[in-house]
Parts: sequence; C-alpha cells; structure tokens
Amino acid sequence: MSPLTGCLIVAALVFAIGLAIALTRRNAILVLIGIELMLNAANLNLIAFWRFGPHAELLTGMMFAIFSIAVAAAEAAVGLGLVIAYHRHSKSTDLDAMTRMKG
Amino acid sequence: MIFGLSVVFLLIALVTVAGALAAALLRNLVHCALSLTVTFAGLALMYLQLDAQFAGFAQILVYIGAVAILVVFAILLTRGAGTQMHQAYSSSWLLGLVIAAAVFALLAWAVMKSLPSAVATATPVVSVKSIGYALMGNYVLPLEIVAVLLTVALLGAVIVAMPDVRRKGGVQ
Repeated sequence: MSPLTGCLIVAALVFAIGLAIALTRRNAILVLIGIELMLNAANLNLIAFWRFGPHAELLTGMMFAIFSIAVAAAEAAVGLGLVIAYHRHSKSTDLDAMTRMKG
Repeated sequence: MIFGLSVVFLLIALVTVAGALAAALLRNLVHCALSLTVTFAGLALMYLQLDAQFAGFAQILVYIGAVAILVVFAILLTRGAGTQMHQAYSSSWLLGLVIAAAVFALLAWAVMKSLPSAVATATPVVSVKSIGYALMGNYVLPLEIVAVLLTVALLGAVIVAMPDVRRKGGVQ
C-alpha cells in the first residue's frame, strides 16, 4: 500500500464517519460537526494528491486546500449562528422537531 | 513499516479516526466537540507529515483555534433545559448508517482498485514566500472572492444570531 493509498483510505474513513454523524444524530450542532469532518476529509485528499502527484511546485492542491479551509470557516460561522437563532425561537436544537421555518 | 506505511503515519491515522469515531458515538455534546478537536489535530499532523507545513499550521489556527471554540460556544449557548440527549440518534439512524457504510465501501473499493500511479517521492520545496507569490499572482482573484465571502459570512452570522430588536422593542 503506497502512502497515497493510505491517505485516501483515511480520508474515506473520516468522510464516512462524518456522513454517518450528519445522517444519524439528532442535534443540529452535531450535524454541523459531521459536515466539518467531511470537508476536512476532502482537504486531506487535496493535500495528498498535491504531495504525490506531478508538478507539486505549482501548488495547485495546496491552494485549493487553503481556500477550502477559509470557506469551511465561513460555513461554520453561519451554521452555528443559524442554530443559535433557531434555539432562541424554540428552545431546542432537535432536528426532528424542526418542522417550520417561520419564526 | 506495516503494510508499506510508516508507523508514524499509522499512529496519526489511528488518532484521527478514533477522534472522529468518538465524536460519532459519545452522548455528551462537549465530549463530542473535544474529540472533534483531536481529529482536527490529527489531520494537521497528517498535513505536516505530507510536507504541507503552511496548510498544517493553517489547519491548527483555523480549526483548533477558531472552529472548535465556535462549536463549544454554540453548545454552551444552546444548552437549555432537557437538551441532555435523552435520545441522541434520529429515528432513521439505521438507514443513515447503511448509507455511510455504502459510501465508504465504494470509496475504498475505488481507491484499492485503482492502479498505483507514478508517485513523486522527492519532497517538494514549498516556502511561505512561494505561497505568497502564488496567492498574489495566479490566485489573486480567488483570494479576493474569499475575502468578500468571509466578510459577508461574518456579517450574516452576526445578523442571523442577533436578537430581534425591532419586534421585541429592545435587547433582552
């Protein structure tokens, strides 16, 4: 097993665990945590392909990973703000209880 | 060397996956956030091991320094009465688990089946200077767009999370 394959397998595991969290947990914050894990798995893939691919000096995969980290930070801020706003209305972060969008 | 992988890589991978699994299985939300931090740290170590120093330190700064703290803040701000997870999993958890397992099986099958490509083993020399030149040269438009996105997201998060001043007639 080459190091690239090892990285890809680890990234696939982290992605699957994040997907499982997002699909099975009831708490909205945990669903956001699962989404963060999936984004991180994608970043690991980008870095691994950058490191073991040709033309590493062009920095393409590294740049994709850095921009992806920035977008993930924005996503986390907006998502957690939405959860807090919803909690202020209904005193709950249970996803199964979220059946309306109007305040 | 186990399976052709170095012991250091295997240890880091073990820590990363164990943190993610703990985040999936623990019932206390704060414990989930802390194990998420362990996963972020493991991924940062993996970036460092892949000679991507800048991405590794950016991961530590952004994820461990900011996102994990943000998650803990959100957990503590939304901790009301009765949120202590009397029922942690949704009603259709089995279906979600099957879907996640199927996705992992498909990805692992594709990775293991693909031919080993010509792997460049020479360590790429990447200085922060070259990253700065790339950001200001080829990638200057994405950089500006990310700057606008971060500003808009920050304002949007503040506006969404702010108490409704107009209707209630004042901040409670």
